[in-house]
Formats: sequence, structure tokens, C-alpha cells
Amino acid sequence: MRLNRHLLLAVLALVVVPGVVSASVLPEDRADVLYHHYTGGGVDINGPSVLVRKQVGKSVSVVGNYYVDMISSASIDVVTTASPYDEERTQWSLGVDYLRGNSTLRVGYTSSEESDYDAETYSISASQDMFGALTTLTLSYAYGDDLVRKSDDPTFEKPVQRQIYGVGLTQILTKNLITAINFETVTDEGYLNNPYRSVRYFEPSEGRGYRYEQELYPNTRTSNAVGMRAKYFLPYRAALEGEYRFFTDTWDIESHTASLTYVQPWKDWMFTAKFRYHDQTGAHFYSDLFPRAQATNFRGRDKELSELTSMTLTLKASYEFLDDSKGWGFLKKGSITGSIDMLGVDYHEFSDLTAGAPIGEEPLYELEANIFQIFFSFWY
Amino acid sequence: MNMVNRASGRVLLIALGLAALSGCSNIEPWVAPYERDRLADPIMALDADPVSTSYVQHVYEAREGARGGEGAVGGGCGCN
Repeated sequence: MRLNRHLLLAVLALVVVPGVVSASVLPEDRADVLYHHYTGGGVDINGPSVLVRKQVGKSVSVVGNYYVDMISSASIDVVTTASPYDEERTQWSLGVDYLRGNSTLRVGYTSSEESDYDAETYSISASQDMFGALTTLTLSYAYGDDLVRKSDDPTFEKPVQRQIYGVGLTQILTKNLITAINFETVTDEGYLNNPYRSVRYFEPSEGRGYRYEQELYPNTRTSNAVGMRAKYFLPYRAALEGEYRFFTDTWDIESHTASLTYVQPWKDWMFTAKFRYHDQTGAHFYSDLFPRAQATNFRGRDKELSELTSMTLTLKASYEFLDDSKGWGFLKKGSITGSIDMLGVDYHEFSDLTAGAPIGEEPLYELEANIFQIFFSFWY
Repeated sequence: MNMVNRASGRVLLIALGLAALSGCSNIEPWVAPYERDRLADPIMALDADPVSTSYVQHVYEAREGARGGEGAVGGGCGCN
């Protein structure tokens, strides 16, 4: 808690540090209405997300977001150990930016509700532009308070507390190159299991050769991530962006994530292509098949904690149907954007039990999913 | 927890040092404001579509073991 107070003081101190040369600006006023659809691995998730940002006076900008996931799940985890289900998650958030000279203070609140999981997040951050606005430093802190429930047990209620510390630096290096580095530490404490998921263990007396028992995670987790990105303006008006993130945590998951993005404008269109690669090791308490019941202190078979490699190809097209020359009333600019993300995940330690193969000979599970997004954006 | 406190403390010191540097007004910007037209082009925005970015980050967080380091703070689950 002492660290929290120190970080909070530092965030506030940044706001009162005197500025240098040019003044910062608030984010643009804009509204986005998005519809998303995820389909793959027996899971369909869709819903809207609406984001509205509006400046109030000269130094305050308010942002609100309403987001819904409508989930229909018959995923590999569900069909092997439970029953398919439908679920809805609703999330809304509110944020306020306050600009003073070259400093911006942001506070935010996010609430997420599902029938069996509630989450609240409070966040504060401060950004300071320095050296003629070539450098922007951001400090952030967020506190999350979650409540895990279980749909078939009304007495089941377990809390989770989460703290997120972040430091970010955006740096203009040349007139064609902008870079950023972000460092984030997350600590979780509480019930970190998924209450519905099970691990399997070897049991020769069973016809199929194994049985299930409930998974049991450690009550704490701390992770560190450092992300770097650089975006370069190509000589013929196009942009190339590279990103890399290194992640490590106390569950022994270590990952490398890298992506390359190319942006090409053409008349009123903007085309984007992105390739993303992610590779991670598995958690130390993860096993696809434990040798016996309660074989280890902690045990999990969540496929997200398995050693895995994922790759995504994103294609996006945006058309600007309104600009300053043909604005409608108070609207300055408008665009429509459509995108598809083709996601493939190879799990290196998670078997596909639906294949019906003898124990130990099951093929490894592979996920293929497509994510569709369409959204309208308006600037005013 | 000690390791976290030490790491966060170091980051905090670096951040405060950089913040203090903002008082040094004698550093000349090596990219002048009138040379930033390319950086101001919408194709150079680091987060051109925030509504889409936060959605996609949520999709990845639910399907991979890693999180954070991307400059945004999320919440909630919807992980199955």
C-alpha cells in the first residue's frame, strides 16, 4: 500500500511539474459505433461497442464506452467437461482528461458484469510532454476489484484484487519516426481459478483411462511486461510499424509477441495489413494429464496457460465519406471501417479429447478463429 | 511482493528523474514543430481506432497467458 501512495503522489507531481515549450492538446472529439463478431473453436461472440469523447470547456475531455459481449459457447473446454451455455457480458466505462499546460491527468472507472463475474476497475494516470513535445512520459495506476461467482452454486463468491502499475514513454526520434516504450506490472490476489474448469489425471480403472478433478491455482500472480513500438513514415506516404513485447510472470509464463503493420492510404481509402506472432511457455502448474489425483499443490489445464504459439493476419479497409469540404452540420469528418482478423493458435501441450483417440495418443488441439469488425467513426 | 516493490520503485525513480528534467528549458527540440507534418498525418497515429484496439486487446488477453505492456488498462473477464 505504501508503494500505491508513492505512485499516486508521483502521478500528481507530474501534473504540477512546469512545462517547457509548446502546449499539449486534449484528444480529438469523436464517436465510434462498432459491431464485433468472433467465431471459432465452437464459440461465437458478438455485440456492439460505442465510444464517445467530447471536450467540455478548454481543459476537460470526457470519454464514455459501452461494450457488450454476447457469448454462445461450445468450446473444447465446455464440451469435454460441462454443457454449452449462453452468456452476456456488459461493460461500461467513463473517463475524464484534465489538461493543464503540458500535463494531462486522467481518471477512469470501468464496470464489467456477467451473471457469474463482476469486475470494477479504477484508474489514474498522468502524462507530461517534455522537450518541445518530443517526449511524452506517462505514469499510470489502476486498481481492480473482481467478484467470481458460480452459476450452479449461489453461495459461491470469491474476490480478486488487481493492481496495475504502468510507465510509458513516447519519443519522436526524427521527422519520420515515432517510438514508444511501455512497462507494466500487474499483481493479482484472490481466486484466480476458473471455477468451472477441471484438470484430468491418469486413472487406469476408468474405461477412457483418466478422470477429472477441479483445478487449483495459486492465490497470487505478478507479471511484468515491456512493450516497444516504432512507426516510420515511408517516402511515398505510407507507414510501417513494428511492435515487440516481452512478458514474464510468477507462474513461469514467458512470452514474446511481435507484429508488423503496413498502412497504405489511397484517395479516400486507408488500407492496413498486420501480422502478429505470439509464443509463450506454459505455467509451472499446468499439465495436460496429471499422473494421479492431487498430484501437485497447484494444478491447471486451462489451454491459455499451456505452451502455445498464435499467429494473426489482420486486413483492414477504411473509407472516409465525410471530410472538412463536405461536412454535415456539426460533423467534420466521418469514416466507415471493416476488418477481419484471422487467428490461429497451436497448443503445444493441450490435447484434443474430442478426437476419441486412446489416452496419450490424442492429437494436440488447434484453434482457428475469425474476428470481424465494422465501425463508423465521426469527428465533430 | 518485494521483487515487485523493488522493480516498481526503480521505475518510479526513473520516471521522476525524467519528470524533473522537464524543468530544463534549454534543451532544443531537434524536430521543430513545422517539421512534424508527416508525424501528424493520420496514417502515423499510434492508436488510430481506440474502440477497435481495446476490443482486440481483450480478445488476446482472454486467449493467451500474457497481458499488459501495450499502454491500455482493461477490466473484466468473458474468458471462456
